[in-house]
Amino acid sequence: MGVIYVLLTISIIVAVIFFIAFIISVKNGQYDDTYTPSIRMLFDDELVKEPKEKSSSAPTNNNQS
Amino acid sequence: MTIASTCYHCGNDCDKFVIDFDQKTFCCNGCKTVYDIFSSHDLSCYYDLQAAPGSIPKEIKGKFDYLNTSSIAQKLIEFCDKNTTIITFYIPHIHCSSCIWILENLHKLQPHITASQVDFPKKIVRITFNQHQISLKEVAILLTNIGYEPYISLEDYTEGKKKIDRSLIYKLGIAGFAFGNVMFLSFPEYFEVSEYWLEKYKYLFRWLMFGFSLPVVLYAAKDYFIAATKGLRTNILNIDIPIALGIIVLFLRSTSEILFDWGTGFFDSLTGLVFFLLLGKFFQQKTYSFLSFERDYTSYFPIAVTRIVFENNKKREDTIQINAIKKGDRLLIRNEELIPVDAILIHGNAQIDYSFVTGESESVAKKSGDQLYAGGRQLYDAIEIEAIKSVEQSYLTQLWSNTIFDKDRSVTFTNLTDKISKYFTIVILCIASIATAFWILMDPSKAMNVFTAVLIIACPCALALARPFALGNMLRIFGKSKFYLKNIDVIERLSTINTVIFDKTGTITTNKKNDVDYDGLALTRAEESLLKNTLRSSNHPLSRTLYEILAEHEIITLDQYQEHIGKGIEAKLKENSIKVGSAKFIGNNDPKNELNTTVHISTNDSYKGHFIFHNHYRKGVKKLFKILSETYNLSILSGDNSGEKKYLQQILPKNISLFFNQKPIDKLEYIKSIQKDQNKVMMVGDGLNDAGALAQSDVGIAISENVTVFSPACDGILDATRFEHLHTYILASKSTMKIIKSSFILSFLYNLLGLYFAVTGQLSPIIAAILMPLSSISMVVYVTVLTNWKGRKISLQ
Repeated sequence: MGVIYVLLTISIIVAVIFFIAFIISVKNGQYDDTYTPSIRMLFDDELVKEPKEKSSSAPTNNNQS
Repeated sequence: MTIASTCYHCGNDCDKFVIDFDQKTFCCNGCKTVYDIFSSHDLSCYYDLQAAPGSIPKEIKGKFDYLNTSSIAQKLIEFCDKNTTIITFYIPHIHCSSCIWILENLHKLQPHITASQVDFPKKIVRITFNQHQISLKEVAILLTNIGYEPYISLEDYTEGKKKIDRSLIYKLGIAGFAFGNVMFLSFPEYFEVSEYWLEKYKYLFRWLMFGFSLPVVLYAAKDYFIAATKGLRTNILNIDIPIALGIIVLFLRSTSEILFDWGTGFFDSLTGLVFFLLLGKFFQQKTYSFLSFERDYTSYFPIAVTRIVFENNKKREDTIQINAIKKGDRLLIRNEELIPVDAILIHGNAQIDYSFVTGESESVAKKSGDQLYAGGRQLYDAIEIEAIKSVEQSYLTQLWSNTIFDKDRSVTFTNLTDKISKYFTIVILCIASIATAFWILMDPSKAMNVFTAVLIIACPCALALARPFALGNMLRIFGKSKFYLKNIDVIERLSTINTVIFDKTGTITTNKKNDVDYDGLALTRAEESLLKNTLRSSNHPLSRTLYEILAEHEIITLDQYQEHIGKGIEAKLKENSIKVGSAKFIGNNDPKNELNTTVHISTNDSYKGHFIFHNHYRKGVKKLFKILSETYNLSILSGDNSGEKKYLQQILPKNISLFFNQKPIDKLEYIKSIQKDQNKVMMVGDGLNDAGALAQSDVGIAISENVTVFSPACDGILDATRFEHLHTYILASKSTMKIIKSSFILSFLYNLLGLYFAVTGQLSPIIAAILMPLSSISMVVYVTVLTNWKGRKISLQ
């Protein structure tokens, strides 16, 4: 039954890894703004399309103040 | 002229002029320009995400000049390196997904902006750019040009970097983590099966549980110990004392149980208890990140103004930071800019709007040599003023030196739970000692067991959870119907008020609209057309209002037009002449309607009549006062003159006291005086002139037409459209308190049940582990369901 030690160690290590991941994500500010990313991910399609079209018109457009 | 079209960019009605461009309609050139910018950069997707998301770009001539001053810019910039600068701007206009999209695609408009990221709830955008290629000022101007004007105030200058407090999330994470793991580890022993392997490994399991609960007791539950010692020191038996006692006893008893092999201990209950308590704390912490309840004048004032310096008899303009203004400095105040210090007008057409700082509803014209007070907004062309005081010593800002602004109300306020916990703690200690005494006589071996069991089971988890969940839920319901409160204490205070005091200008009246009556000889069509065309050229606010009201006439070019500042306008078309302006200007010395704002008119030198401007009262004011007057003492404190007194007496119930010409400090003192008679006061105001009163009152509510623009420090912000429902919110707060009281009964029943097990010495870990979460969860469900049901009434309206 010595295997229980191994299993326990593994289970606790896995749990602690997830816990550390959580702490790091909080520290990096992932939970500061929980709303904007949910909208931002919806823009992806347009973002892929835009740069291609833009490459032709970009040099002419520098008249911004 | 088409009427029914709306602007493709901003969605406003294009009532007067329609600009057709690219098969779309626009209300003004500004909107068209923004559309042009976007479409030429392949960013027209902006309009696909949301219909008409934009705003009209504002005039910004010279507005952001101060960003070129490096000492000011440095205070605002977050990070600066060789080629990268990071700045965070607060942009009130951010309101939809299109806004996020366009602001995060700024690099397509301006290649030197490398990245931009929006935080939607906070309405801020963080822009990374190359400072050698584009200056901070240019970034601000770019944003303004596309209709996203950054709001930069003195507050940004004075305050340091904000630190986000994430400790509660950490604590909650630790407690949840420990709770889950301890549950797993303690599960086998719940059933007391004496299997071989269980017997062998239970010591390991127990010590693991001990290890998991260590950070919970030492870190996650830290706040409860701190609050409990604070309570003991000030001789207040708050709810944290029985909680802290429960946690300590749970931990000590469990540790000694596993140490001496008496049993498994209560680590599962311990971690669960802390987890649930923190969950309640987390839930009550609903913050509206786009609102600020702590604002003083600094967030209303600009960060810098233009100073005029004389050098070798030559005028030179530079920017000066507001706090650096000294007596004697010459300042240039442009259209729509704020006067930052008390000053004397040197020259220029001053038309100052004081409505926000004093409550006067109409703007006032000033002559050169007149004194101007800080906080007024110039509505005309640029003026030159000379400072006579520094910013801190100005009339308006002195209000903030009053001690009321230093007082933290959360300290002085005893909430319902703390009131009850006083008795609760005493009763529990009595029961514990009686039960222990009984068992010492009966069976001394069990006495200690019973004593600790009572303290464990009586730990008022459910009691402590009822209030945060009920009030926290109500806070969210209020927020959904546009009544934003600072914290949950406000709801409780709201339920106790018996006096409601209103400000007039901007609170029960709207700033935007005026009701206008005409009194005098009827104007002919030709005269009206002449009047309308005369007013068209004037920028005076009264002229603008009057212009909007008069019927549509064709546009004629006048032969002669002259504006006499502070007096009136004179115009001529063919043989007809017209004079519009003050009574004195027209030559009418009739003192009638002296207090009301009037505009007199004469044509061909014969007096015609005058327009009277009344305040426009908000929808439902009459009804709201009628309902409120049945249960509350009402009064109106106005900084305005008593011109509206008669009208107010007419429409409002009889027993309302009206006060006029109240200075900000008078309002504060008035509230103080009625609070002395044990009255609980709610103040409803809007401007800086109410700031003192809002801080002094028990509940200070600011009315706001647009919640993202400035409102003074207060306990809650109510959207102006919901003003007529103020009464429903008070009622809802009262019923929430009733729900909490009823839930306390439920909690006591659970405690009685638990105490039965405890005093009879039958409390086993499994009973504690079932009873504790059961009581907590059922309590949360009970208050949430009931508050939702009560709150439904608010959202239905």
